[in-house]
Amino acid sequence: MGTHHYNLSEQFEFTGKVKILSIVGILIGVGAIAYGFISDAHERTFANLLLMAYYFACVCMSGAFFLAVQYVAQAGWSASILRVPQAMAKTLPIAVIILLAVIGLGLYTHNLYHHWADPELLVEGGAKYDKLIAGKSAFLNIPFFMGRQIVFLGAYSFFAIKFAQWSGQEDLHGGLDYYRKGFKNACIFLVIYGFTTPIFAFDTIMSLEAHWFSTMFGWYNFAAMWVSSLATIAVIIILLRKAGYMQWVNNSHLHNLGQFIFGFSIFWTYVWFSQFLLIYYANMSEETVYFYKRFNNYESWFYINLILNFLTPLLLLMDRDNKRSENILLTVSIVVLCGHWVDYYQMIMPGVFEFGPKVIDGKPGSGFGFIEIGIALGFIGLFTYTVLSALSKKALAPKNHPFLQESLNHHL
Amino acid sequence: MSNIKYILGSFGDPDEMMHGIEKLQENNIKIHDVYTPMPIHGIEAKLGIKRSRLDIAAFFFGITGTITMLTGVYLATVVDWPINIGGKTHFALPDFIPITFELTILFCAFGLVGSYYASTHLFPGRAPRVMDLRASNDRFIIAVDAKENTDHTKIDELLKGAGALEVKHNERKYISYE
Repeated sequence: MGTHHYNLSEQFEFTGKVKILSIVGILIGVGAIAYGFISDAHERTFANLLLMAYYFACVCMSGAFFLAVQYVAQAGWSASILRVPQAMAKTLPIAVIILLAVIGLGLYTHNLYHHWADPELLVEGGAKYDKLIAGKSAFLNIPFFMGRQIVFLGAYSFFAIKFAQWSGQEDLHGGLDYYRKGFKNACIFLVIYGFTTPIFAFDTIMSLEAHWFSTMFGWYNFAAMWVSSLATIAVIIILLRKAGYMQWVNNSHLHNLGQFIFGFSIFWTYVWFSQFLLIYYANMSEETVYFYKRFNNYESWFYINLILNFLTPLLLLMDRDNKRSENILLTVSIVVLCGHWVDYYQMIMPGVFEFGPKVIDGKPGSGFGFIEIGIALGFIGLFTYTVLSALSKKALAPKNHPFLQESLNHHL
Repeated sequence: MSNIKYILGSFGDPDEMMHGIEKLQENNIKIHDVYTPMPIHGIEAKLGIKRSRLDIAAFFFGITGTITMLTGVYLATVVDWPINIGGKTHFALPDFIPITFELTILFCAFGLVGSYYASTHLFPGRAPRVMDLRASNDRFIIAVDAKENTDHTKIDELLKGAGALEVKHNERKYISYE
């Protein structure tokens, strides 16, 4: 505490090695997509595109969720780091366009959602008639499905952009008006977000296996997207700090982020386990099919998922000093981010590939190789490029935020 | 030799009290303890108080609960009375995760309440012993050990100079609520 003099109007300069590396990442991603289509692994490429596009959109929309939570809680500690989630929120429209393109093309080329998106499944008496899918067709039909995606993602993008805009205008004009406006809209956004993210997760991921359903699935995905977004925020802030920016971020801010990552990793495990336990205990074949596929074809992935997303944050972030340490928090955040890639992989691949990694009738199954790594790197590059460009447009501290002083003097 | 055991500086304002702590520390006078009616930010660092080990205690209480429950479940479902439930193995771990979790929390909570009572000498039915009654009301108290620091007039001056409303020379360490 006391008199610190920070340059609050400092701006991030997006140049040099980071820029080149992010562009290289994007090029590797484009290469991996091209390789995927040339080597005739259309389904596998589409599944990976869906995975990363979903991941990208979820991290960005949870950035907007972070902003809304800070408004509604009238949180003071976070005021000086808000530019990072704001940059993520500003990137959301790009992520949304990519996700909608992947979903749309996946539907159009029958590479994704073929469990329900085939009109022949609904023809009564037809060879492919599926009674279960026909029963669900009022909800799972292409126009309504795409409509929901566009409305939900559009609403999230609208609020995300508005939160970032109001903060920018607050810098110029000051006063409490923009904060009040943000608060009011954050309340509206949270209600919309809370009710629609489960449906968004049901649509985008769960409908890949349209015969199976779980009411926990929405919250399971919400926990995953929220914790991965928190880890991303931590990674960006720590790397900015290491590069000499945002020197006002002290280890109490890191402590808070660490608590968030720790707490929501446990929450993720709680929801994941709640879904698992009920299915395991009841042992009904129409439900256990979900875990049957994952145990049979992806057994090691199943345990790696728990080690990365539960045990690592549990054991490494439990201690107070570890939450306050830059390097440990950075390491755990990166592990958690990798862990949620594995988690999404677990959700998507067994749904798209009926027989997992096995080659059936000459059709290749899922796998882990250049397509997976390349597309992941491509999206990491794209994320870095878009978020850091958005971040470089404004000062790194919202200088007229009403709680800025509290945040600068934050001490736990 | 006087019988005075403790000198208490009683402040009406936390900032003045913090100032008093600084003054005493500048003059190398060891502070026994500080009592305040509300938490004061940064006071632990200023007084050089070691970090609480409550978190370590919490971990071990918790792990005791985990082990107790898992042992109990194992003894009941495998050793003593194995029953086939839904064709699962006798020691079907996922079934018992919720109850293990509950017992971890329970042991942790009870253990911490016990630790708190033990470390503060507060037990149900026992009258708490305090150095100054108003420390839980409206006064901020700095206590200095009068046996260790013999220059009492200087301590008085320093405390008064920092803004102490009252300086007490106590012959007993504690007064009690009795």
